[in-house]
Amino acid sequence: MSENNSLRFLKSIWRWFDDVTGVSSWLIPLAKHPVPHARKSAWFYVLGSATLFVFIVQIVTGIALASAYVPSAGQAYQSLTFISGTRFGSIVRGIHAFGASAMVILIGLHAIRVYLWGSYKYPRQMGWLTGVALLFLVLGMAFTGQLLRWDQTGVWSVVIAAEQAGRTPFIGHWLARFILAGDTVGGATLSRFFALHVFFIPALIFFFLGFHLYLVIRNGISEPPQVGRPVDPQTYRAWYSDLLHREGVPFWPDAAWRDAVFGLLVIGTMVVLAITVGPPALGRPPDPSIIQASPRPEWYFLWYYALLSVIPRWSETYVIILGPLLLVVVLVLLPLVAPKGERSPFKRQWAFGIVAFIVWMIAYFGTLGRLAPWSPRMNAPPLPASVVGTTSGPIAEGAKVFHDKGCEFCHMISGYGGIRGPDLTYAGDRMTPAQMETRIYSGATNMPSYNGNITPQQLSDLLAFLASRRRRPAPPTSASTAAK
Amino acid sequence: MTTDIERASECAACDETRRRFLSRLTLMLGSIVAAIVAIPCVGFLLGLRKVPRVWRTVGKLNDFQVGSTVNVAFLDSSPLPWAGVTARSAAWLRRISRSDFIAFSVNCTHLGCPVRWLPTANLFMCPCHGGVYYANGDVASGPPPRPLRRYPVRVQNDEVQILASPVPITTEKI
Repeated sequence: MSENNSLRFLKSIWRWFDDVTGVSSWLIPLAKHPVPHARKSAWFYVLGSATLFVFIVQIVTGIALASAYVPSAGQAYQSLTFISGTRFGSIVRGIHAFGASAMVILIGLHAIRVYLWGSYKYPRQMGWLTGVALLFLVLGMAFTGQLLRWDQTGVWSVVIAAEQAGRTPFIGHWLARFILAGDTVGGATLSRFFALHVFFIPALIFFFLGFHLYLVIRNGISEPPQVGRPVDPQTYRAWYSDLLHREGVPFWPDAAWRDAVFGLLVIGTMVVLAITVGPPALGRPPDPSIIQASPRPEWYFLWYYALLSVIPRWSETYVIILGPLLLVVVLVLLPLVAPKGERSPFKRQWAFGIVAFIVWMIAYFGTLGRLAPWSPRMNAPPLPASVVGTTSGPIAEGAKVFHDKGCEFCHMISGYGGIRGPDLTYAGDRMTPAQMETRIYSGATNMPSYNGNITPQQLSDLLAFLASRRRRPAPPTSASTAAK
Repeated sequence: MTTDIERASECAACDETRRRFLSRLTLMLGSIVAAIVAIPCVGFLLGLRKVPRVWRTVGKLNDFQVGSTVNVAFLDSSPLPWAGVTARSAAWLRRISRSDFIAFSVNCTHLGCPVRWLPTANLFMCPCHGGVYYANGDVASGPPPRPLRRYPVRVQNDEVQILASPVPITTEKI
């Protein structure tokens, strides 16, 4: 009886609340708004909502982290060490970091789906454009977020970003100083990126996200494309409304359950990874005077870093400045130049080609960036005797020269050393000592000249060592005569 | 009541003018408010701290051997109290004679990564893209577009001092 009473009491509170707010009169129609019956394609619709769910997770974990993170250039690193040292702090950091990756992946996949399906066409052009804004804002969050880790890589990322901005014509110097928040990395630098990451970019995201979602409701979610059913702006709205009338299903719960299942899968994976793999390790402290640093971007920018490293040198400034600009222009122009016509990717086969190219570029250059063949391996140890083959004499001395003169940092021998220059494991098979001597003296685009920087004795030892690098060991006399 | 309606209908034209004036006034007042708040905010954000360049002592004259190139750390020109270790800067310092020194910026002129001095090879090498500089700072190979920047050095009262300078930014020559 009393249970009945309390239930009635709760109901009366709800009725009062609903009466004075009118919540049910807009929330219920909103939840139950009709969406196209997507049939076999229904699972393609979960990408946008999953991006939104992960964004909410990022807000929650971000607030949790901000409650302990100290956005001070001198103390951020210690506060992160503290957070990572607590059991749950480490998990929250992990979720936030994997969430960042998930955001980038999901928003990318969502954009690819919308592009392949031609869903950016009339009347959803603004949906695409707000989405493009959100894509760049998410990338901005990813960059500033990595920076807030404020370890050595964080500090050098700011310097590299400033140097890249410095290439801009006319305002380059000013832009670089603006990014550094002064003449050097210092007290003001981190605060600026903290404000960007925590207030400014999220505020813009909220704005564009609200607009984006409003447009989804206003224009309706796009129906799966069909070959031979082009978009005609004159008739589309009437046709779409008729389609919803004929075979629309209520978003809640007919479509929403898939969003829930996929969202749970994504967030569940993030949490499991956060617990098992943990957050990204902190590097050395953010001390710009520690010069033992090889800063690398996170995976989502690794492809861009790799691209900048392999393009011809003369084009570098153009790519740094015009590359991102061109990307924005192309993405913005897309719905404006192609607002109608066929939506089906089977009638726009080049769309598959473009997507395949983008995915290939990110995968290929991302892998290349991980390997970073252009970076010398400055921690390469001296070649062990097992590789050199002897512990005394010119060959052993030459192996020492090979390490001491920095050759090994760029040239690999039997698995030791860098891969910036050619592998010299079998150098003796490919070049004569005279050819080697010429190269060592003259240098090349990517190799310094050692003219005046190597003694005759060192050179003769080095040549003896290099000549001994053969598939089949040469008779000992030939190497030593060659060296002479 | 009736007089109100009459007046309204009598002067529909003045209403129109009045409303146009009021909407313009509202928009104008709003813009003024936005501007007086935005100007100091944007000015603060864009305004860069002008810092004096100061000489920083990096060691005693006797700490440095003629011919050797060593890494020295010093505080930047105007460390903020909360800057912690980020206020530190570094340079490669070489003593070339009894009283002469050269100080190289550690920043590669390509993208600013910290270059390392290889004493046995007599070269500076950058770990990012393999830029190499000769001992005098000239580009030996790789992507750097110009020689390593040098900082002014002086010896005063037996102390070696470097002029703490801004991070060198390679800009395009136009």
